[in-house]
Amino acid sequence: MKRVYVNEEWCLGCHLCEYNCAYANSGIDDMVKALKGRQIFPRVHIEGNDGINYAVSCRHCKDPLCVKSCIAGAISINDGVIRIDKNKCVGCLTCVLVCPYGAVAAGPTGVAQKCELCLSNSCGEPACAKGCPNNAIVFEER
Amino acid sequence: MSDYLIIGNGTAAVGCIEGIRSVDNESSITVVSAENHHVYSRPLISYYLEGKTDLERMLYRPADFYEKNNVRLIYGKAAKLDIRKRTVTLADKHKQAFDKVCICTGSSPFVPQFEGLDTVKKRFTFMTLDDSLALEKALTKDSRVLIVGAGLIGLKCAEGIAERVGSITVCDLADRVLSSILDSECAAVMQSHLEKHGIRFMLGDTAVRFDKNTAVMKSGAKVGFDILVLAVGVRAETSLAAQAGCEVDRGIVIDSEMQTTVADVYAAGDCSEGFDSSTGTQRVLAILPNAYMQGRCAGVNMAGGSSSLSDLIPMNSIGFFGLHCATAGAYPEDAQVYEEKSADSIRRLYVRNDKLAGFIVIGDVSRAGIYTSLVREKTSVEDVDLNELKKEPSLAIFSSEVRRKKLGGVV
Repeated sequence: MKRVYVNEEWCLGCHLCEYNCAYANSGIDDMVKALKGRQIFPRVHIEGNDGINYAVSCRHCKDPLCVKSCIAGAISINDGVIRIDKNKCVGCLTCVLVCPYGAVAAGPTGVAQKCELCLSNSCGEPACAKGCPNNAIVFEER
Repeated sequence: MSDYLIIGNGTAAVGCIEGIRSVDNESSITVVSAENHHVYSRPLISYYLEGKTDLERMLYRPADFYEKNNVRLIYGKAAKLDIRKRTVTLADKHKQAFDKVCICTGSSPFVPQFEGLDTVKKRFTFMTLDDSLALEKALTKDSRVLIVGAGLIGLKCAEGIAERVGSITVCDLADRVLSSILDSECAAVMQSHLEKHGIRFMLGDTAVRFDKNTAVMKSGAKVGFDILVLAVGVRAETSLAAQAGCEVDRGIVIDSEMQTTVADVYAAGDCSEGFDSSTGTQRVLAILPNAYMQGRCAGVNMAGGSSSLSDLIPMNSIGFFGLHCATAGAYPEDAQVYEEKSADSIRRLYVRNDKLAGFIVIGDVSRAGIYTSLVREKTSVEDVDLNELKKEPSLAIFSSEVRRKKLGGVV
């Protein structure tokens, strides 16, 4: 299955992926309206220090701890893609406690959110990879 | 072809069903459920009272779960487990035969023999959906509620009903809240936050006697109440396993494959006593993620697959009125403690023998799972950047090479 992969040697640390992610998941057509003056809650985040940067997002693990640990049964895996049912999630953040990658976070309403590969938003393919100016984030089969 | 029996219908049972079906799609699975409900997310009973979920969304698995997994669900209480005859007898005398059984009976509230408890009309425990529904019926906006027990169950109950009652008093013999997961300083931060939301505490003191609507405390103080919630503690449901001849300690003793000491009898979840890798001891690890993982492991092994668990640890993610708390592992007294704190947040790391033994984070719990993974995987702190680790959890603690595998490989 195609996943998002990261090459830290090519990452500029420009944070564009965070903005593209927040926009793709905003449900708003206009990027300015979606992002300007708002606190954004992207599902990918840039980490790094000493000139090294890299993007972190859900790895869509083959044997995911978040799915097994969710106290609400709100996280499921289908065809390798892990999704959070935001209607069932109560925001206990057990998924945050167990994700070894730090890739799940509380969203704007306190409910957990993470990368779902843009499969169910208007982008249709991961916006982080699509917009990465240096190909430091790619969406491919490995 | 085998006949699998699962006694209990909670999280461990779901894990067991999914474990069996990952190996064996043919054999029969029968689930005996003492509660008259489709499997629901038990920790959500307080969120239900708070209005953050409802009966439909509380379902732990979709409505067609049993059908899709070809599971026969029987409502009833298992009364007798005869391992020689390989049968279980329910309270209504119905007999069910099996080849292999997994005991997933969970735990039940421990209610001490308080003097005068039977004079209290509105008294409740807080474990099951039915408990929650019964409590809900008694709530009025003027109710004075006394909760005995300042642990996870008592405090989640307090949060759940806070907006629906007049006042809440929580008492506990322990000198702090959440004594099973927080040290005293961290507990003080959480207590102060709860007090800001109107919860009143009587700690180091507990009810010893009741007379209708009055509790007499150990200190001699009297507390008037309309509704009493008993959340003193829980006990593993081990009686069926004991009947079958399984070794029972605080829970049903299981090995790393969830096998009890009796052949073809497995156990998983809150009723069982497994291995806590953070302390290296056998103990009941009564948390939902472990119940699922143990159930699944048992199911795989019952169905002839191979699964083993040796890295289970205690861990909790719990929040009250918006203040989150993430904890995992152990807090050894001889550990080196690294701490960062501000007014309403604490980050405390316990390092012992070059390993992160455990941690407590209150406030910003972002990426706490990175800490949890270090505890679970017993990573040497020499293999990570300790200064980064102390600042905040991030993948920057790892070397480029380790990170390349994590972010560039299939995991």
